[in-house]
Amino acid sequence: MAPWQGQLTKIDDYHWEIPQSYKAGMRVPGLIYASQEMLESIKQEQVLEQVANVAFLPGIINFSMAMPDIHWGYGFPIGSVAAMDIKDGVISPGGVGYDINCGVRLLRTNLTEAEVRPKINQLINELFRNIPSGLGSKGKIRVTQKEMRELMVEGAGWAVRHGFGSMDDLDCTEEGGRLYGANPDKISDKAITRGMPQAGTLGSGNHFVEVQVVKEIFEPEIAKVMGIEETGQILVLIHTGSRGFGHQVCTDQLRIMEEAVSRYGINLPDRQLACAPIESPEGKDYFAAMACAANYAWNNRQCIVHWTRESFSKVFDKSPEELGMRQVYDVAHNIAKMEEHTVDGKKIKVCVHRKGATRAFPAGHKDIPERYKEIGQPVLIPGDMGRCSFVAVGTQRAMEESFGSTCHGAGRMLSRGAARRSLKGRDVARDLAERGILVKAGDIPSLAEEASQAYKDVTQVIEAVHQAGISRKVVMAVPLGVIKG
Amino acid sequence: MVKEAAGKSFEVIDHTADVGIIAYGAEIKQVFVNAALALFSLITELEDVGEELKYDVEVASEDRESLLVEWLNELVYLFDAEHVLLKRFDIQGLSNTRLKAACYGEKFAPARHRIKTGVKAATYHMLRIEKDNKGYKAQVIFDI
Repeated sequence: MAPWQGQLTKIDDYHWEIPQSYKAGMRVPGLIYASQEMLESIKQEQVLEQVANVAFLPGIINFSMAMPDIHWGYGFPIGSVAAMDIKDGVISPGGVGYDINCGVRLLRTNLTEAEVRPKINQLINELFRNIPSGLGSKGKIRVTQKEMRELMVEGAGWAVRHGFGSMDDLDCTEEGGRLYGANPDKISDKAITRGMPQAGTLGSGNHFVEVQVVKEIFEPEIAKVMGIEETGQILVLIHTGSRGFGHQVCTDQLRIMEEAVSRYGINLPDRQLACAPIESPEGKDYFAAMACAANYAWNNRQCIVHWTRESFSKVFDKSPEELGMRQVYDVAHNIAKMEEHTVDGKKIKVCVHRKGATRAFPAGHKDIPERYKEIGQPVLIPGDMGRCSFVAVGTQRAMEESFGSTCHGAGRMLSRGAARRSLKGRDVARDLAERGILVKAGDIPSLAEEASQAYKDVTQVIEAVHQAGISRKVVMAVPLGVIKG
Repeated sequence: MVKEAAGKSFEVIDHTADVGIIAYGAEIKQVFVNAALALFSLITELEDVGEELKYDVEVASEDRESLLVEWLNELVYLFDAEHVLLKRFDIQGLSNTRLKAACYGEKFAPARHRIKTGVKAATYHMLRIEKDNKGYKAQVIFDI
């Protein structure tokens, strides 16, 4: 594919604009957060054309935004943020994606690298055994139709009510682990059939549970509030979403929206951008169904957190409390939310689509837990399994500029096929083991698709959002062991 | 970037986060069959799959392009919900808005089958069905 040749205006070293005049039909300009170097790589695919396409959507406010980890997606790019005025704007399933509320959750521990490294083999095996993963894996929890309906409404709280984790976990989860407005009547039988056996499973692809070591602390005072006190401390990062349930919800809703588009006279440059007015029956139904899937995902991560604690407890022969396995935070990175933002000096309600982007609310914001009021909302940015991950916090500038949003991860650079070809014959698991990272996966050949070479360097991504001012980096951690589906 | 399939019934095209297919056919029916074969060849090695189970599928949509997406998403559903791998598709009826087919395959057995890729859904992105003097071709992007 030829590099993108469109127009870009430099605002400063980390802000770039696609002018509204670039393409007839754009309602707002595009705004890209990236360094010059990253931009050159971004231009190699047609992703900026997609940023321009999102700017066509009715009711979009200020900018169609792209984070530095942006890459080519269907319809909306992955790494995009679009906020729509709820009065005259649209909601689009493509602005959330198929894996609704895919997200990450971070646990801190009292353990150190010196204590964990000698037992890493045992620990990874135990996590792999205890957490259902892989394609077609069935959960350890069995939910009935009735329970499935409860779970869709209650989210992570459903799992807590059934003995998985604590109220403290809910307090440290975006939305308290429950998005209001979920309506199980808007869910198809197909979605329920896919969802019931997969409740409480990790899945496959890029989903993982990773045991990490804190390598660098950039903001010790802020890190301390999160319970991250020193280098060498062990953290656990969990990445998963709403599994086949979310995929089916998105498929079902997109089909409805596809038909609605022409009825509402909406002109789109790409069918996958299908949408409907937020206040229309189709728009409301989508939100109600999406909220069910978001809650399903939070319940999922809540179950996995419990089994993670159980596994640590077994290997280290101490209770999760003794091990200090407190949840730092849980963020969604594929979701649409109704939020209050200030636009042109006025407080208005907007629908923020974050597809491969993370909420990053500043200190003092009403929607963040009491314990983080002084520091801002923790933002969890996983890298690929061979490099590192970051913890950051939201900022006031994000609130003013990006509707309280920042990046979500490394961002893919090579397609899965290209990654496999470039690593032909290489034993990715052994390469990682030589660098002190133990990986256990359901399907070893697929590991190549998730190797470091396939991803952008997350360090550059975090640097770009840090320099742009939409989040502040706090901690960097490296992997010690990973389980993948 | 293109992987040739035997007899060029379909090709797989790489995209950064997703994967696309181009299915060919002298008749439109064949395009729908080849697109289904392409989907299951992304998921598994088809030569390892038997044909003892039969699933009847009926789908409807508002135009031929979205019918193709609907058909493929029905198959994604069967795979994810029933854990069935399908390898032969007998299309018994096809119009621009309706499709009826018998699909043959077997249940996923971890000892005999390798799952290469989980497919989340067929998308409408860059969806195309075209006809030239050699026949029909259809492009579909999957989210994987």
